[in-house]
Amino acid sequence: MQLFVEQTLNGLQLGFTLLMVSAGLTLIFGIMNIINLAHGSLFMVGAFVAADVGGRTGNYAVALLAGTAAAAVVGMFVEFVLIRRLYLRDHLDQVLATFALVLMANEAVQMIWGTRPGGVSTPAFLDRTVTVFPGLPYPAYRLAIIAAGIAAISSLYLLVDRTRIGMWIRAGTTHRELLGAFGVNVRLLYTLVFAIGAGLAGFAGVVASPFLSVESGVGDNFLILSFVVIVVGGIGSLKGAVYGSLLLGLVDTWARTYLPLGFDGFLDASTAATVGASVASASIYVVMIVVLVVKPNGLFGLPDG
Amino acid sequence: MRIRRATLWLALLAALALVASACGDDDPEPATDAGQTDAVQEPEPATEPEPAEEPAEPADEPEPEPAEEPAEPADEPEPEPVVVGGEVKVGMITTLSGGAAYLGEGVRDGFQLAFDLDGRYELDLVIEDDAQDPAVGQQLADRMLSRDEVDVMTGIIFSNVAGAVVPQVVSQDTIYLSPNAGPSPFAGAQCSENYFVVSWQNDNPAEAMGEYVAGQGFGSVVALAPNYQAGQDSVNGFKRNFGEVAAEIYTELGANDYAQAIAQIRDADPDAVYFFYPGGMGIAFVQQYVASGLEIPVFGPTFSFDEFIVDAIGEAAVGLRNSSFWAPDLDVPANAAFVEAYREAYGTTPTGYAAQGFDTGNLLISALDANGGDPSDIAGLRAALREANFDSVRGDFEFNSNNHPIQDWYLLEVVQDPVHGDLTNTVVEVILEDHADAYAAECPLGG
Repeated sequence: MQLFVEQTLNGLQLGFTLLMVSAGLTLIFGIMNIINLAHGSLFMVGAFVAADVGGRTGNYAVALLAGTAAAAVVGMFVEFVLIRRLYLRDHLDQVLATFALVLMANEAVQMIWGTRPGGVSTPAFLDRTVTVFPGLPYPAYRLAIIAAGIAAISSLYLLVDRTRIGMWIRAGTTHRELLGAFGVNVRLLYTLVFAIGAGLAGFAGVVASPFLSVESGVGDNFLILSFVVIVVGGIGSLKGAVYGSLLLGLVDTWARTYLPLGFDGFLDASTAATVGASVASASIYVVMIVVLVVKPNGLFGLPDG
Repeated sequence: MRIRRATLWLALLAALALVASACGDDDPEPATDAGQTDAVQEPEPATEPEPAEEPAEPADEPEPEPAEEPAEPADEPEPEPVVVGGEVKVGMITTLSGGAAYLGEGVRDGFQLAFDLDGRYELDLVIEDDAQDPAVGQQLADRMLSRDEVDVMTGIIFSNVAGAVVPQVVSQDTIYLSPNAGPSPFAGAQCSENYFVVSWQNDNPAEAMGEYVAGQGFGSVVALAPNYQAGQDSVNGFKRNFGEVAAEIYTELGANDYAQAIAQIRDADPDAVYFFYPGGMGIAFVQQYVASGLEIPVFGPTFSFDEFIVDAIGEAAVGLRNSSFWAPDLDVPANAAFVEAYREAYGTTPTGYAAQGFDTGNLLISALDANGGDPSDIAGLRAALREANFDSVRGDFEFNSNNHPIQDWYLLEVVQDPVHGDLTNTVVEVILEDHADAYAAECPLGG
């Protein structure tokens, strides 16, 4: 029971980290119809800038702000220079162009920060454990990530659902031309949405970085997982991203814990441990395949029209 | 249709990424078309010690390298060193980026130092970063063998990279000297007369730790390792001398988040924890282990407790025990000289990786001395290497029938360095004397 509780917390923590990355990705796709492979690079920018600023100032809050802001600014710049030329191109062009961005970003961070990984240390007041369950101390920082994820996604939801800008964003997904005809600066709106998504990815990069070795390509893993999340949740659906990332975070964690135990029955302990670990790393893809077969547009995807 | 098509795009990309990562692990098949060259980094020039430039090339030595610097002016005041055999071209594929960069840097610096101190051979070191990727390693090996035409190859840190590269090298009748990885398949049935392991067979440090932990009376132990050849070797080695463990936990190679593994340790509630996490993995694991509030004693090979990793724990690391073939204060004359020279050259206490690189360099020098300094004479070099006629920093050293070392294993303890103040490892006692690996009998060599 204690194991289950601890692993569920770990799964939620992974899920909320994924959610912060995939929410931006799905928002950008939903509104601008852009597949942005460079989203993981924005995560990386956040982590690197935070590691740099954190190393200089020793202040976690400053590092968090700097990392998030840097990712948002880089996102706006990239949107302005490259992405806006891709809105009307097909997905292959978008994938190729943004993949080039990934390669450039990975090289660029090595040129700026070198090949030796850095890291952000947890803030002192969170550097302790909290007893979440009798006999189960749990690191406070990991709980804080869950809280930060809930806060970030709630703010995003309120922004999209309750504000005028949010109304424009929602209108932009379906009635782009009409929105322009009403006098809304659609280009500026797109840049803003891109910056929000980028900032969220950067924020995720900073909060996850105490558990990461901050090195070139650090965001790529999260990007791949985020693809799976939004395929499962339904592309363009914020609600889908929420359910998708929590589902996959939990499936991944539980599979890594319980699959090796499951193989124990018919393999010797050592083989069960290695085979279980290997199979567990494919578990989320199994979920993706099942969802694609049952609901080809994802759990909360819009029907084809 | 746009949603459906985009969904398929993303699913396809995710699937490709999965396939690419699966091919990267332990895949002995040639995968030279994997397109990973972008990840290859040239080592930073600032950190790379230049090979000592000879005032004049021996006239009879053909010089195929077009990028060679122009000849030094004849009036250079430097005295000409005694050159026995001239130039040796060594291809070094090692890990110089990411969390394990300092492992490769140690091997590189130690190897270079051996040639610098000896001063008689002109070392042409072709060095490249494998980025811990077997596919990159294979591409580099191809290039070094066919384009650079290196005489000898060395450098690999990770057993999965070695698994992809070594068969390709030794099958082309080129000698490979392993300064680190000693995967079990190459110690047994797949051994080769061209393959020499100067460090250890992967199981050895774990066998020593298993012996020690069993002797301390710990009943149940959980063993953790990354899920790849060296991780499995390490857990098998531990079990060989300790007995059955309560649980084996394998995590992804290169993982940085150990929350799931730590939850499994807490659940198993063992008397002790054995873990094998070299480099950045070790730093991440120990930090999260400390933060998790677990207080079960931990043991491991010295790769899990090297100077970089214990530094991440801080003073709480003092007293932690681990197993190694060597320590900076090991009482061997060659070692004292090495540690002092290394400190002078690089400003830090050498790691075990540097000691391995240094021994690899000196082994090669001893073989060149024995065959008249001719690196192209493979048969002569091979015979000379088998003799292992060099002053190892670990004291006694000889090759077993499978070209893997027979050596002593020590118990080390983390202490505060009395002179320099940083955390380091000190020798406590010998655990295993003249220890050989468990696979030599399966190797058809020498028989």
